[in-house]
Amino acid sequence: MVELGRDPIRVDALLDAVRVPGAGAVVLFLGTVRDHSRGRHVGHLEYEAYEALARKEMTRIATHAIERWGVRIAIVHRLGTLAIGEISVAIAVAAPHRRDAFEAGRFAIDTLKQTVPIWKKEVWASGSEWIGQEEPSPSA
Amino acid sequence: MQITVHLFAAHREAVGTSTVPLIIPHGTTAGEIWTLLVTRHPGLRQVAPPTAVAVNDTVHPADHPLAEGDQVALLAPVSGGAHG
Repeated sequence: MVELGRDPIRVDALLDAVRVPGAGAVVLFLGTVRDHSRGRHVGHLEYEAYEALARKEMTRIATHAIERWGVRIAIVHRLGTLAIGEISVAIAVAAPHRRDAFEAGRFAIDTLKQTVPIWKKEVWASGSEWIGQEEPSPSA
Repeated sequence: MQITVHLFAAHREAVGTSTVPLIIPHGTTAGEIWTLLVTRHPGLRQVAPPTAVAVNDTVHPADHPLAEGDQVALLAPVSGGAHG
């Protein structure tokens, strides 16, 4: 299960997508909107994606997790305007044993953050900033 | 030949639109699009350049030659894991 959408993320749907009788462990990661960042009080976040490539990359991550750890995995990322405390990304991983579920889940969120073309804008009282723009970046 | 450039996040806001049609000389490569676009939209000088370029939904190296009708997406730096 790989999804990218504007509706609130339903955690139950992720769990249902991965739970099977052969699973002895289910790991759930939720990325939630934090009310502060780098010393600022954050009002809300805006997420934007290059959707076609983001879906391809999320599918690639899920496929790698399945092939390497033998897990079942669901990855869902939300786009649009999110309020403090809302879930921006959710990853559920089921495996026969917990070690594989934790390792695959850690791999999936770390890789998603680095490679999936989804951008986050922090909006605070007196301005806003796209994250990733505040640090020097290599040229294309 | 004509291509369409797709912009996201800070790049999109700097230009004011998410797609830009661009006439380019034959032989132009994916890596040359940013420079061409900055010339036309100087506001892009204020933001970080793309970290990758996708052509028709697949990331390609900078020396990838472009073709008529290509959909070229400039990938702004993503947030990474440092702050998440």
